Amino acid sequence: MKKIFSLCLILLPAVAFGNAGVHLEHVDIDLKDKPSLQRGAKLFVNYCLSCHSASYARFNGIGKDLGIPDDVMKKNMLFVSDKVGSYMRVAMDKEDAKKWLGVAPPDLSVIARSRGSDWIYTFLNSFYLDPNKATGVNNTVFKDTAMPHILWELQGWQRPVYSESQHGDETTKEISGLKLVSPGKMSEEDYQVATRDLTNFLTYLGEPAKLVRKKVGLWVILFLLVLLVPAYLLKKEYWKDVK
Amino acid sequence: MNKLLGWINDRFPLTKLWNEHLAEYYAPKNFNFWYFFGSLALVVLINQIVTGIWLTMSYKPDAGQAFASVEYIMRDTSWGWLIRYMHAVGASAFFIVIYLHMFRGLMYGSYKKPRELLWMSGMFIYLCLMAEAFLGYLLPWGQMSFWGAQVITSLFGAIPYIGDTLLLWIRGDYVISDVTLNRFFSFHVIAVPIALLGLVMLHVIALHEVGSNNPDGVEIKKNKDKNGIPLDGIPFHPYYSVKDIVGVVVFLIFFALVIFFAPEMGGYFLEANNFIPANPTVTPEHIAPVWYFTPFYAILRAIPDKVLGVVAMGAAVMILFLLPWLDRNPVKSIRYRGMLYKWILGIFIFSFLALGWLGMQPPTPTLNLFSRIFTVIYFVFFLLMPIYSKMDKTRPVPERVTYK
Repeated sequence: MKKIFSLCLILLPAVAFGNAGVHLEHVDIDLKDKPSLQRGAKLFVNYCLSCHSASYARFNGIGKDLGIPDDVMKKNMLFVSDKVGSYMRVAMDKEDAKKWLGVAPPDLSVIARSRGSDWIYTFLNSFYLDPNKATGVNNTVFKDTAMPHILWELQGWQRPVYSESQHGDETTKEISGLKLVSPGKMSEEDYQVATRDLTNFLTYLGEPAKLVRKKVGLWVILFLLVLLVPAYLLKKEYWKDVK
Repeated sequence: MNKLLGWINDRFPLTKLWNEHLAEYYAPKNFNFWYFFGSLALVVLINQIVTGIWLTMSYKPDAGQAFASVEYIMRDTSWGWLIRYMHAVGASAFFIVIYLHMFRGLMYGSYKKPRELLWMSGMFIYLCLMAEAFLGYLLPWGQMSFWGAQVITSLFGAIPYIGDTLLLWIRGDYVISDVTLNRFFSFHVIAVPIALLGLVMLHVIALHEVGSNNPDGVEIKKNKDKNGIPLDGIPFHPYYSVKDIVGVVVFLIFFALVIFFAPEMGGYFLEANNFIPANPTVTPEHIAPVWYFTPFYAILRAIPDKVLGVVAMGAAVMILFLLPWLDRNPVKSIRYRGMLYKWILGIFIFSFLALGWLGMQPPTPTLNLFSRIFTVIYFVFFLLMPIYSKMDKTRPVPERVTYK
């Protein structure tokens, strides 16, 4: 039994997907919070969209959903395109991106559906200084990520806090937390709000239908419940004479 | 109106068909909860066909465009998201309904004489359904679509001598590619649905020939009145048509709850990894099929040898065809069978569910051990059936059905 157990332990890392054992910060997503979604959209266009595309979404589709008029959208959010009806593509060439960063930055249209909101939020809050990396940073959620800390001017820089634990004769050193060492433009609380806004927006972006889905569903189920009454009475009426 | 009907009836047996299959098709009056799932399967089938037609209008079976076209449906077409979710959730709903329908057959012995062909046509429908679901799962062209298809098609490569050639013939390429996507699309929207509809027709014709079984397993045709109408039978229409409407509405409530409030069903119906576009150069760490295939996938993995694993997986499905001949007990319904069969059936169902769970988990030695145990139980249920079904002490079956 002990053998099986230790075998399980050995196999566990090979088995879990990418971020085994990493604690994910829970983020409260609220798609009804339009101002948050709008702020998130702005952050997305300003910081993410230069490298990451969201090529399944259109600018004016987002504008319509989040209450951003076309002219405001044109003035504030259109950098790579001049048509509000265009998809959110990037100017950066995929091959160039591979040369510069090692991998082409993934499209972010449905990233919230594959990674989950908590992962994105924790990822954005978990960059730390690492002199061994070409970008100068590493990430506790996504080890050795090719992504530089794009939001550094907002957050500032974090350094890891290590904790040592003793297993028999071996001492293992692991990161137990991150500490802000040089502050950015935002306070720690403001940065958390900003990354929550961005996560909120990405969650919306992954499935725009989420804004209306539950509302429609409520009416559909209400209709079905009402329909159930005559359906049941009809059955009862007919079955009266079955003995 | 009557004149028009007469005119039609002179040229086409409209009234005859209506009477034979609805108004004068006599079904036992004692159907319970388990008898809703036949009509529900028909409802889900229609849902899949109708939503499928609309999805096909915007979907592009092209490796370069498939993933994007699904997102286009989700974002840029009117109610596209609803139609897509109805189809995707409908696939899982189909299997839930069919599994319950099959379980009903197991409980009440609906596969026994004279319903052997009815059971077999149902099994062919189940095979088609599995093919249809497997083919359709490639179409969104996500990571799980790609790698799931890669793994399952590679099983054909395990067949000795012809494996490699067969594999190449199925895929049309050395890996899953645009060519495979195109042919899977063709089979998913045309070939299999035609076969499925044909088989459903055969299934219904066979049912209406021999008549429905019932929870008592009593043949109602044995007791007829002077007009030749079964004493325990009632016309399908209007009695069961109005009853099935209630079933359909209740089903739709549950269906809508999933579609509108949990279309991914926590990753069981729509997997998170399938929102990453297919990438032939990156293998996901954990590849598992969708839940409805996992019992058989667990059997495949339980066996260390690949060829034997494939054989066992195939046998696990095909052995169900033999059920009418494996069961030697003349008593149909579980109501009048002994404790032995009740226990064995319960253990079998538990094993099937456990295999379903195990098939979703990443393999570990402990879990593999459990998979093997449950695989053995799965096969023992069928292989020893000729023996234990005869040993079982049964209770006397009543002459007439019990009602109220």
